Amino acid sequence: MSGELSVLAIIVGIAHSGLRLATPYLYAAIGEMFAQRSGVLNLGVEGIMLMGAYSGFFVTFKTGNLLLGLLAAATVGALMGLAMAFVSVTLQAQQGISGIGLFMFGLGASSLLFKTTLGTVEGVEGFPELRFCLSSLGLNSNYCLSQIPILGEIFLRHNILVYGAFALVPIAWWVLNKTTWGLSIRAVGQNPQAADSLGVSVARVRYVTVTLGGMLAGIAGASLSISLLNIFQENMTNGQGFIAVALVYFGSWAPLGVLAGAMLFSLVNALQLWVQVLGLNIPSDVAVMLPYLLTIITLAFPFRRALQPAALTKPFERGES
Amino acid sequence: MQTRLKRFRFERMLDLLLPLIAVVGALIIGAVILVLLDKNPLDAYQAMITGAFANKNGLADTLVKATPLLLVGLGIVIAFRASVINIGAEGQLIVGAMLTTYLALELGEALPGFVVIIICLLAGSFIGGVWAAIPGYLKARLGVNEILSTIMMNQIAIQISFFLLRGPMIDPAEIEAGTNIPHSARLPKATDLPRFTDVARWLGFPGSAKDLGLTGFSKELYGLLVEPTRLHTGLLIAIIMAILVYVFLWRTTIGYRIRAVGLNPSASRYAGIDVPGYTVLSMALSGAFAGLAGAVEILGLHHRMFEPLAVSAGYGFSGIVVALFGKLHPLGAIPSSLLFGGLLVGGDKMQRAVQVPQVLVTALLGLVVLFVVSSEIWSRRRASRRVSTQSIPETTS
Repeated sequence: MSGELSVLAIIVGIAHSGLRLATPYLYAAIGEMFAQRSGVLNLGVEGIMLMGAYSGFFVTFKTGNLLLGLLAAATVGALMGLAMAFVSVTLQAQQGISGIGLFMFGLGASSLLFKTTLGTVEGVEGFPELRFCLSSLGLNSNYCLSQIPILGEIFLRHNILVYGAFALVPIAWWVLNKTTWGLSIRAVGQNPQAADSLGVSVARVRYVTVTLGGMLAGIAGASLSISLLNIFQENMTNGQGFIAVALVYFGSWAPLGVLAGAMLFSLVNALQLWVQVLGLNIPSDVAVMLPYLLTIITLAFPFRRALQPAALTKPFERGES
Repeated sequence: MQTRLKRFRFERMLDLLLPLIAVVGALIIGAVILVLLDKNPLDAYQAMITGAFANKNGLADTLVKATPLLLVGLGIVIAFRASVINIGAEGQLIVGAMLTTYLALELGEALPGFVVIIICLLAGSFIGGVWAAIPGYLKARLGVNEILSTIMMNQIAIQISFFLLRGPMIDPAEIEAGTNIPHSARLPKATDLPRFTDVARWLGFPGSAKDLGLTGFSKELYGLLVEPTRLHTGLLIAIIMAILVYVFLWRTTIGYRIRAVGLNPSASRYAGIDVPGYTVLSMALSGAFAGLAGAVEILGLHHRMFEPLAVSAGYGFSGIVVALFGKLHPLGAIPSSLLFGGLLVGGDKMQRAVQVPQVLVTALLGLVVLFVVSSEIWSRRRASRRVSTQSIPETTS
């Protein structure tokens, strides 16, 4: 193989893995963005992802049905989101700390369930890659669009969950900026008193966004266990849930910003995986560290403070001034 | 008047009992989970309690775990009192442990053991403080959310440690053997923190429990203090620190200001307190205790550095539970660390005795956190009721 060709192949490989690896970040961070835009910081995303990853995997493993697995992950995620909503909206608990509690619960419970119900690391057949073959359109051809050089190889060899994650970005933008419901979310996060006086139920909006965020975090977990890696391991999210929360800050609480942040993290991850695959003599620990450093640096840009929802982490009680 | 006083006393009692109720609630939910998993919860909990508290080795392990929990918890108390949420104790502990390992390996042969120990304890605290001061400064000056930055700092600490342990600090024996497991060499023996049994020998304690005719639990307690166990004097450091933190927070001006900044930053600003400065200071102190915990873990227990997350062992998170359960009071953190140290050790013993995985304890700790922070609504409600019943003239609306 000539050197030039392999460089191109590596770039294609990195771009392809980058898109794949962005999936969990996108689901979790878009969900978290809705919660934060309504004023709730759900720091328990990591724990919800772990429970989602476990439930999605377990149901798929037992039934062989991927959609049932995905549904289980979404349901468990939504229930944990609901619990977080109850704790932070109804009981008005301090959000940073209660989120850590939810994380520890999810970490412990998913490991406990894994050890008692599975015991060892098993594999499942995850969501298959789509290849966009002409034969599926009834055409008499063996050609698949995924064979298109470079573009097809990068963009048209993914499973349905990956496309779903990217589709979520414009949908989230539209819901947030073009619908009445999105307006309510933004109002509740920016000025709950005003929203309340106009007849918007602050509590209801927050319950819905945090539960939705939990559901998406559950799916994010499943995207690891039944789409990207197709196994379940203890603590398999390895901090990705916390990064998802940071991505919302990083992306200035906007879907496109979140997308940019998710791509940055996933491309660096992909790069680091390929460095290992190719056996290059670059300390991978240093590469892994870069996105975290970058996040801290970007969080420090002062204009960000103005973009933050004004009521973020502040519980709302009627009659407070 | 009489009834109001009684009610007040009852409510204060309830305030102190709430964390206990939270633990009982968590244990009940844990029992439900165990029943669903077809395990007997009573057997599991019994194995937990006997494993952690019934004999000298269990007690020693409990106290060994309580030591870093208490130190980290003290740091969390200071940060939370200043309204700074430090989630980065894991990373602060790791950098403390790394620097301790480096210094003990470098200086261990050249200087007397106790000098090296003191240098290491100070250096571990210092680097932990610096590691925490960075997010503290970013919060105070640039408004960076400290929860996120401390979590990022954890990851950075882990990666740096792995880099150093795979390269410059790897145990030469690992390279020779070709196994390349990322851990450091064993530290010189002289740098080991003395164990309780060593202290007892120096003090010339009389012989074994059998000679003294002790039986039952008193025999175990005596054995804990005198016979060889893993219990080391790091525990004494931690308890002394708890008392010092209490004096610092409630008997010094700086401590008073830290609490004032936490209770009401704008009032503190009007009173002329440098709020950003005290935010950085409280974060740095918080990290210093986590760094000290790292130093103590290396010198007292592990005697070498290995996989960073196995050294920090989740203390950065369980330390939060210890601080919350102790009602954010340094002295409350002492019994609290004992309880949760026992829970961690008991979980280990439970796994061996009745095959219930130890990770159950992590889930229980998470539930305790959720319950304790949720229950604060009652204290707050009552506080606002008390204010509203006192006749304060209406000034607004």
